[in-house]
Amino acid sequence: MQHYKMNLTIQVWRQKNALEKGQFESYQVKDISSEMSFLEMFDVLNEQLLQEGKDPVAFDHDCREGICGMCSMYINGKPHGPWQANTTCQLHMRAFKDGDTIVVEPWRAQAFPVIKDLVVDRSAFDRIIQAGGYVSVGTSGNTIDANVIPIEKQKADMAFAAAMCIGCGACVAACKNSSAMLFLSAKVSHLSLLPQGQPERKIRVLNMLNKMDEEGFGACTNTNACEATCPKEISVTNIARLNLEYLNASLSKQD
Amino acid sequence: MILESKIPEGSIESKWTQYKGHCKLVNPPNKRKMTILVIGTGLAGASAAATLGELGYKVKAFCFQDSPRRAHSIAAQGGINAAKNYPNDGDSVFRLFYDTIKGGDYRSREANVHRLAEVSSNIIDQCVAQGVPFAREYSGLLSNRSFGGTQVQRTFYAAGQTGQQLLIGAYQALERQIAIGNVTMYNRHEMLDVVVKDGKAVGIIVRNLLDGKIERFAGTAVLLCSGGYGNVFYLSTNAMGANATAAWKAHNKGALFANPCFTQIHPTCIPVSGEYQSKLTLMSESLRNDGRIWVPKKKGDERHPADIPEDERDYYLERKYPAFGNLVPRDVASRAAKEQCDTGLGVGTSKKAVYLDFGSAIERYGKEKAHIQDIHNPSIDKIKELGRIVLSEKYGNLFDMYMKITGENPYLQPMRIYPAVHYTMGGLWVDYELQSTVKGLYVLGEANFSDHGANRLGASSLMQGLADGYFVIPYTLGNNLAQEIYNKPISTDDPIFDISEKAVRTQIEKLMNIKGKTSADTFHKRLGKIMWDKCGMARNEKNLKEAIIEIQALKKEFWQDLKIPGSQNEFNPELEKAGRIADFIELGELMCIDALHRNESCGGHFREEYQTPEGEALRQDEQFSYVAAWHRKAEHEWELFKEPLVFDSIKLAQRNYK
Ligand SMILES: Cc1cc2nc3c(=O)[nH]c(=O)nc-3n(C[C@H](O)[C@H](O)[C@H](O)COP(=O)(O)OP(=O)(O)OC[C@H]3O[C@@H](n4cnc5c(N)ncnc54)[C@H](O)[C@@H]3O)c2cc1C
Ligand code: SF4
Ligand code: FES
Repeated sequence: MQHYKMNLTIQVWRQKNALEKGQFESYQVKDISSEMSFLEMFDVLNEQLLQEGKDPVAFDHDCREGICGMCSMYINGKPHGPWQANTTCQLHMRAFKDGDTIVVEPWRAQAFPVIKDLVVDRSAFDRIIQAGGYVSVGTSGNTIDANVIPIEKQKADMAFAAAMCIGCGACVAACKNSSAMLFLSAKVSHLSLLPQGQPERKIRVLNMLNKMDEEGFGACTNTNACEATCPKEISVTNIARLNLEYLNASLSKQD
Repeated sequence: MILESKIPEGSIESKWTQYKGHCKLVNPPNKRKMTILVIGTGLAGASAAATLGELGYKVKAFCFQDSPRRAHSIAAQGGINAAKNYPNDGDSVFRLFYDTIKGGDYRSREANVHRLAEVSSNIIDQCVAQGVPFAREYSGLLSNRSFGGTQVQRTFYAAGQTGQQLLIGAYQALERQIAIGNVTMYNRHEMLDVVVKDGKAVGIIVRNLLDGKIERFAGTAVLLCSGGYGNVFYLSTNAMGANATAAWKAHNKGALFANPCFTQIHPTCIPVSGEYQSKLTLMSESLRNDGRIWVPKKKGDERHPADIPEDERDYYLERKYPAFGNLVPRDVASRAAKEQCDTGLGVGTSKKAVYLDFGSAIERYGKEKAHIQDIHNPSIDKIKELGRIVLSEKYGNLFDMYMKITGENPYLQPMRIYPAVHYTMGGLWVDYELQSTVKGLYVLGEANFSDHGANRLGASSLMQGLADGYFVIPYTLGNNLAQEIYNKPISTDDPIFDISEKAVRTQIEKLMNIKGKTSADTFHKRLGKIMWDKCGMARNEKNLKEAIIEIQALKKEFWQDLKIPGSQNEFNPELEKAGRIADFIELGELMCIDALHRNESCGGHFREEYQTPEGEALRQDEQFSYVAAWHRKAEHEWELFKEPLVFDSIKLAQRNYK
C-alpha cells in the first residue's frame, strides 16, 4: 500500500446552537497522511483551530470502529462519505487526494435538530424503540433453556443481518423524505423473524410506525437511497417485510 | 479500615444459593419509594437499570453518549462465555470457575468468580428470550467457539458483533422500562461527583453536556456502571469517550481503588501507524481459533509473507506452548509478541508487529466445503475460494474492518498485529454484594475489580457485566435497602448537595480559567506515553519510580498550561475531555504506585525483576496473595489496605499452558 501526504480544503457547516443560523466555513489542513482516518483528520483540524484561538468543530463520535453509531457526517453529499458500507469513523484519508475540497455537513432532517455544528439530536430513534422495539420478557433469567426452541439457521442469520443496524441515522439523512423506514424495518424484521418476537408481532409494527410519523419522519417512496448509504448494508427487503407485517396487522385489527 | 468481603458461609457451590435464600427483601410499595441512580448504560448498567425498574424501583439512568445504546459494550466482538456444556466437551460450572481463577493468575476472589460461573447459563437463556440473534448451527441450535485460556468450546457469539447484540438486547429491555415509566433516562449527562452524607452515598452531581447546566439527583443507592479506564494510556481499544471520571470521583469520596495496575494488553490489535493515531482497533481473540501467529525465523527478512516458506517461519506460540498453542491467555500471548519484536523479528514497516495468518484455516475449511459439495479433486484455487467464504461467514466484519484501516486484504495475506491496551481488571473495590467501601455506592461491570484477578480471559467481561446487572444486584441491593425503608429519602436541597455542587463548579471554573496554550489531547498523549513506556507490558522499579515523578510534573503543567476554548455553559467537548484527563493523570500516578509496590509478576502485571528462567510471570504468593485496595489521603498520598485472598477450592499453582 502506497502512503502519501495531502493538503486539503475543508468546508464545514458551523452552527453555534439549535437556535442560531449556521453557515459554511472554509479551512485549510496540511500534510494529512493517507493512513489517517477521517476523524483523525478532524482532530488535526481541531487542534489547529484551538491553537488559532477559534472554536473547534463539534462532532459526535465514540467507538471509532464503526459500531456505536455515534459518528454522523454528511461528506461531499453522502452520509458517511464516499465509501460503500462504511461509517464516517472508518473512512480513511486514502479516499482523497492532494488538493481536494471536502464539504462536511450535519445530518439534515426535521426529526434530527442540530445541536451544534455537526452534532444532531437523534433521540427520536430511542423513542421509536420505546414504542415497541423489544420483546416484553422479564429479565429474571427464569426463562426456558436457550436450546429448547431451535431456530432455522437461515432465519437466525437474517434476523442477525437486520439486528446489525447501528442506529446512526444515515438512512434518514440520505432520504429526500427524511423517512426512518429502513431503521424501523430493521428492528421489525429482527424481531418478527424470531420465534421470541411472535406474540407482539402485530402490535409492535403498528405502534412503531405511529411513533415514527409522530416524530416527524417522512413517508417512504421507495427511492432506495437509504440502502445505498447504510453502513451496515441493511437491505430494503426489510422495508418490504415491514409493509407486509403492517398489512397483516391492520387487516387483523379489523377482524 | 478492615475490608469486609462479606463472603457467605458454606461450601463454594452453596454460597450463592444460601445467600439468595436468606437475603432480606424489599416489598413492592417500598421499592416504589426508592430512587436508584445508575451511572452508565453498558451491559452492566443497562441490565441493572432494566431489572431494577422491572422490580419496581424508581430508576434514573445516565450516560454521556446521545443514546444508551452507544455505550462502549457495543464494541465487544468475540463472544460471551457460559458453562452450558452444549458441545459436551467436558465443561461445567466448576471448570469455568477454575479457568477464570487460573487465567486471572490467582488474584481474584473465589466466591465472586464461582457465582459468576453459576449464573452464566442463565445469561444465555435470558438473552435468547430477548431475541438476541446468536450464531446457530444448521440444526437450529446455538453455536460455540473457543477462546484463549480454555480447552473447551463455551463461547457464544454473534459473528464479530457479540457486544452489539447483547447490548441491544439489554438496551431494548431498558427502553421498555423507560416506556412503562419505571426508568428515566438522561442521555448526554456526565456524572461529576457522588454526594456522600455520613459515609453513605445519597446522590450525584451531573453536568448536562448539551448546555453545561449542573444538576442534582438524590437516590437511595448509586450504582456505578461506568466501564474501564484503559484510556489512561491514550491509545487503547476503548472508545474515545471511555473514562475513569465517575470511578475517580467516587474514589475521592472514600471508595477504595483495588489493584489499579492490573491492565490487560490484548495481543491481537492493528499496529500503530503514525503520530496522529487516536485509537487502536482490536482484532478479536476469536481469530486465534483459526489464525496462526508467526514471525520469520531470520532477522530483517523483508520478503513478502507469502514468499517465506513454512520451514523459515517460527510459529512461536505453537512451539512454546504446545498444549494451548495459539490459544494461550492474553497476557502470555502479548508478552511473547513483544519478545519477538524486541529481539528484532518483528514485521511490517515499524517492525512492531507479528503475523496472524489464516492460510492453513482457509485450506482446511476449503477442503471441508469441497467435500460437502461433492467437488472431487478441487484445484488449490477452488479450495482457497471456498475456504475464504467460510472465513467471511465467521469473521467477515473483522476482516472488513482490517481492510478499511490498513488497506490490506487479510484473505490474501496475513494480518499484522501487535498488543494494545484493552481492559482494566482493576477498579473500585467491592464486597460480595458489589458494594464499595462507601455505603450505598455499588460498582458493577468493568468498573469494579472483582472477578478477573490479574488477567481476564476472553469473553468473560460481557458475562460479568450481565451477571452483575441482571442477576446479582437485584438480590444484593435488596438485602441492603431493606433497612432503608425506615429512613426518609434525602432531598437535593440538603446542604450536602450544595457542598458537592460547589466543588464541581469550582473544578470546572479552575479548568476554564487556566487559559494556557496546550490542548487536553496533547496532555493526554503525553500521559499515555509515560504509562505505556513505563507501566505497560513490562515494568520495573526504576521505570516506575521515574514515571511517578514524570506524572506529577505533568499534572503541574496541566494545571498551568491547559487550553479550553468556549465556555462552560454550552456544549463543549474540549471541557469534557479536560475533566477526564485531569482524573486520568491522578489515576496514572496511583497505577504506578500500585505496580511499584507489587513486587511480583502476575497475569498482566509483569515486573521484569520477577520471572522464571523461561521468562514467564513469577508470582510471590506468600507476600502478595491479596487485593491491594488504596485509600486516598491527600494529593500524591495513598494508604494501602489488603484483602487477603483465600483459596479453598483451588490449589495455587504456577500457571502452565505448555
Ligand atoms: C474492542 C473491544 C472488544 C471487546 N470484546 C469483548 C468480548 O468479545 N467479550 C468480552 O467478554 N468482553 C469484550 N470486551 C470487554 C467488554 O466489552 C467491556 O469490558 C464491557 O463491555 C464493559 O461493560 P460495562 O457495562 O462495564 O461498561 P461500558 O460498556 O464501558 O459502559 C460504560 C457506561 O458508563 C457511562 N459513563 C461512564 N462515565 C460516565 C459518567 N461520568 N457519567 C455518566 N455516564 C458515564 C457511559 O456512557 C456508558 O454508558 C471488549 C472490549 C473492547 C474494547
Ligand atoms: S438502517 Fe443503516 S443507515 Fe439506518 S440507522 Fe440503521 S445502520 Fe444507520
Ligand atoms: S464512532 Fe462509533 S460508529 Fe463511528
